[in-house]
Amino acid sequence: MSQTNDAFAKAVPLDADSAVSVRNVSKNYGDVEALKNLSLEFPRGQLTSLLGPSGCGKTTLLKIIAGLLKPDSGEVEIEGKIISSPGPDRSFVFQDFALLPWASVLRNVAFGLELRGVAKSEREAIAEKYIKNVGLTGFEKAYPHELSGGMRQRVGLARALAVDAQVLLLDEPFSAVDEQNRRKFQEDMLELVRGENKTFIFVTHSIEEAVYVSDQIAILLPRPSRVSEIIRPTSFRGTGKENIRRSPEYLDIVDEIWASLRNYVE
Amino acid sequence: MTVLGYRLPGMSSLLLWALLWEVVGRTGWTFFIPPLSDVFVTLVDVIGTPAFLKAMYETAYAFLAGVFFAVIIGIPVGILIGKSRLLDELILPWVNIFLSAPLTALVPVLMVLFGFGMKSIIITTTLFAIWIIILNSRAGVKQINRSLVDMARSFGATPMDAFFKIYFWAALPEILGGVRIGVIRAVKGVIIGQLLISIVGFGALFELYSNNFMMKHFWAVLIVLFAVAFSLSEFLAYLERRVSYYAASR
Amino acid sequence: MNRSLLLKLLSAVIVFGAWEIAGRVPVSYAFPTFFESMYALGVMTFDGSIFTAYAETLKPLVIGVAISAFFGITIGLWVGLSNRFEWLFSPIFVVMQAAPLAALIPILVMAYGIGLTSKVFVVCIMAMPVIVLNTASAVRNTPASIKDMGKSFLASDRDIILKIVIPAASPVIFSGLRLGISAGFIGAILSELKITPTGVGDIITYSRSIADYPSMYAAIFSIIVLAVLFLNLLERTENYLFEGNNRGYVTD
Repeated sequence: MSQTNDAFAKAVPLDADSAVSVRNVSKNYGDVEALKNLSLEFPRGQLTSLLGPSGCGKTTLLKIIAGLLKPDSGEVEIEGKIISSPGPDRSFVFQDFALLPWASVLRNVAFGLELRGVAKSEREAIAEKYIKNVGLTGFEKAYPHELSGGMRQRVGLARALAVDAQVLLLDEPFSAVDEQNRRKFQEDMLELVRGENKTFIFVTHSIEEAVYVSDQIAILLPRPSRVSEIIRPTSFRGTGKENIRRSPEYLDIVDEIWASLRNYVE
Repeated sequence: MTVLGYRLPGMSSLLLWALLWEVVGRTGWTFFIPPLSDVFVTLVDVIGTPAFLKAMYETAYAFLAGVFFAVIIGIPVGILIGKSRLLDELILPWVNIFLSAPLTALVPVLMVLFGFGMKSIIITTTLFAIWIIILNSRAGVKQINRSLVDMARSFGATPMDAFFKIYFWAALPEILGGVRIGVIRAVKGVIIGQLLISIVGFGALFELYSNNFMMKHFWAVLIVLFAVAFSLSEFLAYLERRVSYYAASR
Repeated sequence: MNRSLLLKLLSAVIVFGAWEIAGRVPVSYAFPTFFESMYALGVMTFDGSIFTAYAETLKPLVIGVAISAFFGITIGLWVGLSNRFEWLFSPIFVVMQAAPLAALIPILVMAYGIGLTSKVFVVCIMAMPVIVLNTASAVRNTPASIKDMGKSFLASDRDIILKIVIPAASPVIFSGLRLGISAGFIGAILSELKITPTGVGDIITYSRSIADYPSMYAAIFSIIVLAVLFLNLLERTENYLFEGNNRGYVTD
């Protein structure tokens, strides 16, 4: 009896401790239903991927959570509070980096703090720390156009970390980054999730990437957009980043997701 | 802008400005702004007069001739310097110079060389239009996707085929863009030429009206002129959009 | 010496050589040779007359461009930021941009006489539309993702305008300014030739009337060279400041 309870508790990490809850959210663009009555829980301290074919509304959902878009109905609750606009509890990493091309790396990383009115010396000290964390020491004075795609996204990541928000929203952060840099980023994400105790919401269209980095994967299907499945890999999380891609469960999940998505490839 | 959920058409604010003009004109605030309605009444009268028709005809003639030469010379020169590096380096600096040079300063030279007549005005018009046409045709040829050219060659296209089936079409959006800007410049050129050589076309008409303080006539002619210029530029922009649908996806 | 410079020199020699030969033939009694014209330019430079002429010519140009820049950028920002303003003002400037505004000169002369005011007005109507339209479209075309970025990091509307929209729009605003100055040159010379001959326009008109063609060509040559050099300098400044749309704007 107690054994079954134990097993049950392990199999389904409890939803009770959600950092972000999305409830019955709908969003239309004109006649197009981007999201329909979508609900989803995001466990605190974990990384949840939103995975799906293009046009499934995953970026729309992320922007609604960010407060950049307003849902037509439904609500988003973060740490017990219903949100309707961007807030200090969330920060965003953009697919196209969204760096200020006229500002140095240092100012770009400190920009979130600058907008919050943090004094210059203080915000630059914080920015320095995160520039070091993402491995860009020495590039503080460089401008975005002097950096590679991968380095630019590190700046975007450092900027998001610097404001110390509880929830990090990443919109296909590595899709504009070359393959080797992307792998390095994925490994870094694992450490980041473990080290930072923040909640990560991660939009991607790469099945391998989602399975590699996620504690929880929400598969979104289009027309009408909905959550079709939630997958929680269990066995390979603790095995070390080198071994994940060799784990049978990893391979099984990748295959299983592909099987359910292949019908939606246009 | 939307009012009460209804989207106002883009140019509708001009009606508001026309109303303002009418009101200011009615107050008799200044001699130089007669009421718009009076201007329109005059417009109807003026349009049929021989003086106006002659001015319109002369202007249209100078304009069309000027644009014709600008296009006929400009496009081939542009394509040529786009394809030949030597010619490009010899000619491009001059194109850039004349593109930004104040060409009005050259009109007196044209006047002494070609006389106070149509010829000078046509050349002025061509000078205003041609440089941007050359530059854009060159840019159009320069940006042609290398793999498109290789594709044609790999399928065994002859140089003639390659030119008419690939280069021309691939460069067409840029060329048309250049022609559009060139035509707008030509409208300005033809008017500037006529103002400086003021015995022909609208230049003569303006002299007549301003010497006799015929404000309503003056505004009537200006409105016609501006309306024609604006319609022409919108029409060309429309044509360009029709053709350049594939510009982004080349 | 590199190829590009060599070819530029060669190209200049060909064109000026053709001018010289055409002048020697001569193709027209009113076509002086290149060297005659350069000699006339030298004479004007040494007796200083060309400098007094430029002081006169540049006055309406500088005043007109300053006024157009100030009002043009201000109106452009409003038009770019507010839908209401765009609806109200942008049609006027779109029409102005397409229309041959030079045709307004006779009216300006009637209303403001033949003095400086009219000439400043001519420069303004030529220069303003492109400044307004460039500024407005630059503001409208600020990349949505950096505005979203600002919002997601809690920027106020004022922050978004001052720290994101304006710096992002600066390169296009600057090039609008350059095009405005280019149009302003056309206006300044047009007004000197059409309204009253002063400055360089006076040299051109006067030397034409006494058939001193070398001086006339020299004056025209000098104004074109001046305009082209100045606009080139601006373009270089622009490329330096906004090299690949970057830097120049680290405000603090």
